[in-house]
Amino acid sequence: MSAESHAGAIETTEPSSGAQLRRRLSRHTTFLVGAGILGFILAVALLAPLLAPHDPYAQNLSRRLIPPVWGSGGSWAHPLGTDQLGRDYLSRLVYGSRISLLIGFSIMITSGIIGTFLGIVAGYFGGRIDLIVNFIITTRLAMPVILVALTVAALAGSSVRNVIMVLSLLLWDRFAVVTRSATLQVRALDYVAAAEAVGCSTLRIVAGEILPNILNAIIVIGTIEMANGILLAAALSFLGLGVPPPLPDWGAMIADGKQYMFFSPWVITIPGIALFTLVLGINLLGDGIRDLTAHENRT
Amino acid sequence: MFIYFLKRSLVALLVAITVSIISFMLLHLSGDLAQSLAGPTASEADIIQVRKAYGLDRPLVVQYGDWASKAIRGDFGESFFLKQPVFPIIVDRFPVTISLGVSALLLALLVSIPLGIVAALRPNSWIDRLALTISVFGQAMPSFWFGLLLIMLFGINLRWLPVSGTGGWQYYVMPAVTLAYYSMPAFMRLTRAGMMEVLASDYIRTARAKGLRSMTVLFKHALRNAVIPLVAVAAVQLGFALGGSVVIEAVFSLHGVGYLGWESISRADFPVVQAIVLILACLYIVLTLFADLLNAFLDPRIRVN
Repeated sequence: MSAESHAGAIETTEPSSGAQLRRRLSRHTTFLVGAGILGFILAVALLAPLLAPHDPYAQNLSRRLIPPVWGSGGSWAHPLGTDQLGRDYLSRLVYGSRISLLIGFSIMITSGIIGTFLGIVAGYFGGRIDLIVNFIITTRLAMPVILVALTVAALAGSSVRNVIMVLSLLLWDRFAVVTRSATLQVRALDYVAAAEAVGCSTLRIVAGEILPNILNAIIVIGTIEMANGILLAAALSFLGLGVPPPLPDWGAMIADGKQYMFFSPWVITIPGIALFTLVLGINLLGDGIRDLTAHENRT
Repeated sequence: MFIYFLKRSLVALLVAITVSIISFMLLHLSGDLAQSLAGPTASEADIIQVRKAYGLDRPLVVQYGDWASKAIRGDFGESFFLKQPVFPIIVDRFPVTISLGVSALLLALLVSIPLGIVAALRPNSWIDRLALTISVFGQAMPSFWFGLLLIMLFGINLRWLPVSGTGGWQYYVMPAVTLAYYSMPAFMRLTRAGMMEVLASDYIRTARAKGLRSMTVLFKHALRNAVIPLVAVAAVQLGFALGGSVVIEAVFSLHGVGYLGWESISRADFPVVQAIVLILACLYIVLTLFADLLNAFLDPRIRVN
């Protein structure tokens, strides 16, 4: 569904009479589709107890690996079938949205705070501080994210909290790079010089003049890193060191399903589609925001 | 140029040292090494004994100094699990990861440069839209899941390619495609943007006005300048691919460095993990250094600033 609407969105950018209006509409379409997907998954996460037909942890070993309702042998009792322990797949999928969203939002906010702080400090003060922050960014980029995250998770113990912590400490770099250059641009503007001349404190200038002007950029990076964080957390779970069992994490569901994919392919396709849809929604939302704010700046 | 080279190399060296310190500290501070070595059933006395035997009771700074001074000479200690020197174990696995990384890079460039050129020549055409759709979708799919889908389709259903394992070139096709798929969007966007910028420039108009054939203009004048930024990104992407091949190697049971890293983490073989993290980081640092220098060489404006 999302694919078609997105392709449709691009079609409307064909240059013709009234192209301007249509282009703006198409930008909204991307944004709306993204917001719609994210909103839907958020609603599922919030209403999970109402939507899930079964307890996501209840095992029933006599009803293992039942196919979804459209497969042969499937029934409405388990619309998406069951997993290798006989747990209802739809219920696990519904509850899994909570974990992915929690991880995504937490990583976005924590890494956003770290990266934005470093970026603004570097861009605002410049000179030696800028050099130091640049060095920190370069160092962070040289560290292999997945290996470092796996190692820390293995030693500190795999838990949702540890996944969020280690990935937040590794994913702030893009925030720092972008806020740094955005701050550099804003800092050169007259009204910042005016604020300085009037004698505003540094904190007030940053909070009152700089932050509001680079907020759009921060939000766009926020969507990118949220998507990135969800994908990386899923990869950690897939490698067995992310969200621990029996939590219904989508990445872990794919990992558990891997050995059954030969005869029961749905055990990996279903959680994969869920992950894909969530990340696609976040990306489209980010693209939409970027387009809309870029438009705003031009006029 | 020489001063620039010297400066960049010095920074690269500093970064390498910092990474080694951070990865060392991370390993020693995020949990009790002796505890994971001794296993979950070990008694307090066992753990103390393990700590002594592996020198883990010494101050961290001393341990780091000891490890780093040996690491410089290529001695990364002995694997806890395999009871062999770490460095040869890793060297042994490297050809697999390098083959995977390089073939994925070449594949990605081979697909994305032509697509990027066409997209730049015909903005908003169906091929431009196709390229955009591929990149939007590619970025949203978890790489391990994409790999598993390929296995299901080409390995299990069509039986064209081996499902997993390490061996001849057939074993690299699906992993390389998977890895390439994720660097394609960046290359495509860069080629498209670079070409569009160059094609709008004055010297292209001059070349066209001179009456040169459009193919000559396109390939001899435009493409050359458009791919400059691509060189740097390709080197950086290769660095990322080497570091990120852990997941792909795990999906396809391809026994490269990433797989070794994953195995070693799960069996608490930390000398190997530490060495891999440092070696991969150094590779990345060298690749970005190379990219910067090449850029400076190709584009004089960079080295002047």
